[in-house]
Amino acid sequence: MTVPRMRFTFWKAVFLVIMAAGIYCTFIRFFRGLGASTNLSDQFPWGLWIGFDVMCGVMLAAGGFTLTAAVEIFNIKRFHSIVRPTILTAFLGYLLVCAALMYDLGLPWNIWHPLVMRNPHSVMFEVAYCVMLYTTVLALEFSPIVLEHFNLQKPLKIIRSVMVVFVILGVLLSTLHQSSLGTLYLIMPNKLHPFWYSPLLPVFFFLSAISVGLAMTIFESSMSSKYFGRELELPILRDLGRVLVVVLALYGILKFEDFYHRGILRLVFTPSYEQRFFLLEIFLSVLLPLGMLLVPKIRESAQGLYLAAVICLLGFVTNRLNVAITGVESAVHGRYAPKWTETTITAMFVALGFAIFGLAAKYLPIFPEEKAHLPALRKTEAHVVDSEFAVPAHAGD
Amino acid sequence: MSKGILYDATKCIGCKQCEQACASENGLPYDDKIAAQEVTSAHKYTAILTKDDKFMRKLCMHCEDPACASVCPVGALKKTALGPVTYDKSKCMGCRYCMAACPFGVPKYEWEKAIPGVRKCIMCSKRVAAGKQTACAEACPVGATIFGDRDALLEEGKKRVHDNPGAYLQHIFGESEVGGTSVLLLSSIGFSNFGFRTDLTERALPLYTYQVLSRIPDFIPLFGTMLGGIYWITHRRQAVAAAEAQENEEKGGAR
Repeated sequence: MTVPRMRFTFWKAVFLVIMAAGIYCTFIRFFRGLGASTNLSDQFPWGLWIGFDVMCGVMLAAGGFTLTAAVEIFNIKRFHSIVRPTILTAFLGYLLVCAALMYDLGLPWNIWHPLVMRNPHSVMFEVAYCVMLYTTVLALEFSPIVLEHFNLQKPLKIIRSVMVVFVILGVLLSTLHQSSLGTLYLIMPNKLHPFWYSPLLPVFFFLSAISVGLAMTIFESSMSSKYFGRELELPILRDLGRVLVVVLALYGILKFEDFYHRGILRLVFTPSYEQRFFLLEIFLSVLLPLGMLLVPKIRESAQGLYLAAVICLLGFVTNRLNVAITGVESAVHGRYAPKWTETTITAMFVALGFAIFGLAAKYLPIFPEEKAHLPALRKTEAHVVDSEFAVPAHAGD
Repeated sequence: MSKGILYDATKCIGCKQCEQACASENGLPYDDKIAAQEVTSAHKYTAILTKDDKFMRKLCMHCEDPACASVCPVGALKKTALGPVTYDKSKCMGCRYCMAACPFGVPKYEWEKAIPGVRKCIMCSKRVAAGKQTACAEACPVGATIFGDRDALLEEGKKRVHDNPGAYLQHIFGESEVGGTSVLLLSSIGFSNFGFRTDLTERALPLYTYQVLSRIPDFIPLFGTMLGGIYWITHRRQAVAAAEAQENEEKGGAR
């Protein structure tokens, strides 16, 4: 399905193998149930599909709202050329999260129930509404790209005239959704390990989502330049790197303050099962990327930025898995590792994400200015284009 | 008046009549093999636990302010006015947040089924609504499990502990755990011997999430206005700059 022109490359072969295995596992999941397809149990009602597919999926989609907010609301125009790929990633990410939820829910055909059976005291209820509404908003934010491709001027004009409302709504919903995934765990003060249980969980989830949004944008731009032959917008990525330094520093300081006030700093230096995972997480998510990005030579280089971003992403993925899995293992006296079917389904969603991104980048105007200015020249800050959604007509500055 | 169950381990003889009555009331299988299982599961809502010659009962605690009901996005789990925490499978979508949230690890899942549901003790809610006592209390031959108004049972429990301090641990499990539960347990030895957590907070768990959730309606208009305001200011500045530039240009042209 990804090979319109059947060029059989290595990655396409890998993709097809993963998809075939994924479809096989899908049958196991829906015909034989969760017990046959997962290592979930009464002790571990949530596993890889919640910990990675949903929690990390949403987190990795955070570039969408971070960059839209920077460009459309704060009017930082020099980031404009990289907004579209982040919206694509976010839209894709949320669609895949919805798909993954269909696998994880025991009764997925009842997924619409929160629409009519409301319990506003449930964080899951908030999460359900945020997923539904933000996926809709992302579809609308993404729609100009499709409309442009088919050159439908009239609907394009209509959607652009109201886009600012959706942009604000999108940032609002994202803020709520990212933090609410942390709020989910506030109900477990005696279950989640103190490394991860904190009254500030929603704040940590929100701040880390912004970090990941920035890191993901750096990752994405680097990958696009490598695989789609795009010119790398290094000056923009350097700026993002600087913002990432600030956000990571804020996150790190808040983490320290939180640990200090809850009196668990000594736990960080006491060997334990959780301690190892926590050290791995904090080292990858904050300490190493921050240390790297504070070195001007690394921060200024494309490879350095790319590496720091990837490490940061791995670190926050570790964080989400720690919250979802490692942090509850001691309380339920057990260990959880995903079954091969769970891992295969997750791999299928990751592969689908890459494949659909590749297809969209190939056939849709995701990098529109590039085409307009071929042969691509390095964009500088002085090169100002009209705002993504062009609400008021801007005269450049 | 909210109902409850008082289980007094010092009276229990470990006959497991309560298990059997529970199974037949709820249409669950029961045989010697299941009787030997000292854990609750999707097919066993209550279990008698043994530690040497002491016994303890495990069942849903029916919290006064239950975490499971508060986290259920569709209200499939509910705390009824009479006391039982009930479950309605037709509403459930299978998110299993109730299982993750329950401080006692009570809700179990039908993992092997293609159309699974949550399973747990529902304090015989139909019998209770009809004014009867629970199957387990009715079946108990020695009065170790008794059913009644929670307040009266708590008084009774306090009286027993007070009158016979040598025989009882000075703690009624469920009096204040996670804000109090409809099921109250008395024991002569520590509850941790049976795998119960003794470090549970006394605050009702739903308050932990509610203190964040309750602020969201206030947060939305404030944050929305802030974002709109920032948009307005950043774009206004630009419009002014453009207008000035144009004006300057015109002046220059006139000269």
